[in-house]
Amino acid sequence: MGKTLFDKIWDAHIVTTVEGGKQVVYIDQHYIHEVTSPQAFNGLKTRNIDLRRKDKIIATTDHNVPTKDQHLPISEPLSRKQVETLLYNCETFGVTCYGLGHKNQGIVHVIGPELGITKPGMTIVCGDSHTSTHGAFGCIAFGIGTSQVEQVMATQCLILNKPKKMRITINGILPKGVSSKDIVLYIISKLTASGGTEHFIEFAGDTISTLSMEARMTICNMSIEMGARGGLIAPDQKTFDYIKGRKHAPDEETWEEAIQFWETLYSDDDADFDTEYSFNAEDIGPMVTYGTNPGMGIRIMDKIPSDKNSKALEYMGLRTGESLLGKEIQYVFIGSCTNSRIEDLRQVAQFVKGKHKAKHITALIVPGSKAVEEQAKKEGLDKIFAAAGFELREPGCSACLGMNEDKVPAGQYCVSTSNRNFEGRQGPGARTILASPLTAAAAAVEGKLVDVTNMV
Amino acid sequence: MEPLINIHSSAVPLPAEDIDTDQIIPARFLKAITKEGFGKNLFRDWRYDKNNDIKGDFVLNNPIYKGQILVAGKNFGCGSSREHAAWALYDYGFRVVISSYFADIFKGNALNNGILPITVSEEELHLIFRRIETDPAHHFDIDLKNQILSIDEKTKILFTIDAFKKECLLKGYDDIDFLLSLDKKITSFEESQIIY
Repeated sequence: MGKTLFDKIWDAHIVTTVEGGKQVVYIDQHYIHEVTSPQAFNGLKTRNIDLRRKDKIIATTDHNVPTKDQHLPISEPLSRKQVETLLYNCETFGVTCYGLGHKNQGIVHVIGPELGITKPGMTIVCGDSHTSTHGAFGCIAFGIGTSQVEQVMATQCLILNKPKKMRITINGILPKGVSSKDIVLYIISKLTASGGTEHFIEFAGDTISTLSMEARMTICNMSIEMGARGGLIAPDQKTFDYIKGRKHAPDEETWEEAIQFWETLYSDDDADFDTEYSFNAEDIGPMVTYGTNPGMGIRIMDKIPSDKNSKALEYMGLRTGESLLGKEIQYVFIGSCTNSRIEDLRQVAQFVKGKHKAKHITALIVPGSKAVEEQAKKEGLDKIFAAAGFELREPGCSACLGMNEDKVPAGQYCVSTSNRNFEGRQGPGARTILASPLTAAAAAVEGKLVDVTNMV
Repeated sequence: MEPLINIHSSAVPLPAEDIDTDQIIPARFLKAITKEGFGKNLFRDWRYDKNNDIKGDFVLNNPIYKGQILVAGKNFGCGSSREHAAWALYDYGFRVVISSYFADIFKGNALNNGILPITVSEEELHLIFRRIETDPAHHFDIDLKNQILSIDEKTKILFTIDAFKKECLLKGYDDIDFLLSLDKKITSFEESQIIY
């Protein structure tokens, strides 16, 4: 029996097996941020133990940081205290930290790949569910709780049950205007918000192969939204090309050796999956959500299905059978670890160039990292956004989870490129409609939801 | 971690499905740097309206429902990995959550904080909801050692729990104690590993 990609990486990281079947898994890379790490550092201090491998941990500030005036002290006292605590802990324990103002600062799942830290075959964790993003590079990456953050800090290991394996294959050519965000929202709408529970998902098929690394990250990022532990994609030439030359990429001496190893990372033909699904790219359209979990999504041309979850529709102010085409909206948020990379910003810029947002719309673009922000400015995208009435901010998680000042007011509709449309996620009472960057850009220009397949 | 052995308590019913951790503890309350005090903001936006007035129709605001057991619809704890959700439930006084389905990360976080997640079938879950509806003061019994949830003398549900985590809960041990004992094995793994 052959092995899946997941098996190959998992099996190579088993330190030992515990009575009853749980396995002790070695973690190659640990990312931390200000919100889920302070209690873990406190735990180490209480137990009087040090980090096992400070060379395998990287910190950044992203979740609660303001996206305006980052050169000034953070005005909100609790956020400031949390950020200062991270800086203090990193200094005390000797952890590399990319704080506000640093050229490498940004959303943890954007900077890891950007710096070449995330590489094929690795095990990666972070106290954040969207750690699944890094799976796009052919690694096992998943979110953990703070107790586990402390365990990895202390021992570089976790005690885990091996997840089940799922493969989702997508073949065919995507219709015009349809992107990787639409693919993943489509899959979640079919599998539901719990359809992937207990599984690790491998995404495969010729549609996936044609996607850029950034587009692949968007798909793996949202595998958690179907309840999966994570998602991953076999590395290929695109993966290698993306990594080459980045700060933490293998040096020239070991590059060929690394490639030789990375090329062994794929699922064998006779490998066995617990669950398999396949979809046709041609069936996918620009997706929008209508409810309060990411599984409640439809193609923009479809109507809201009858749903037993009337509470969700009531919260959203929508009705069964209603079409979202032409639905007036008030806010547009382009950002988050799902869609805040340079390709996302380029796509938005290309669409809005020479156009202007509708009068009643507030349109916010929050780059995923300082590097993305700098690159956008270098390419002149900032000028295009400004001319179109979009506000380009500084990097952070921002209105994806509304921990900082960037919130959507109660009752207002926000077309958001983020990953969660939970009640109150973008602010108490806020109504989130998840969509691709292109759909969000078009909604900002038109002031309402439109079908982008007719516009590109 | 406090050991958890037996629970004899009434239960609070929350039949909504797909309850995500943003509902359990909204992100704006995650700014603390310790684990204490999250209970006051548990289900904050379901307990209080925008003027901070109590929403009388929410179950936690109804004095007839109380106890150490929360019974919730399927896929409880989905979404964010925030362990603050488990801390908030514990701080509020819950020691057990019963559902037909738990999101993976939440389940692990609960177990790591002395909260027992019990998975039952949809039918059993309905039975439990009906029992609470009939008699909100009804007490359930949970015997972790024998893995039995007793609805009453006649109706007993055998639940599963990972042997390792059961031992941890019964004794109040953390995973970290065990992992620290593996130091030599971890070192030898590190010495043999080639990474790029």
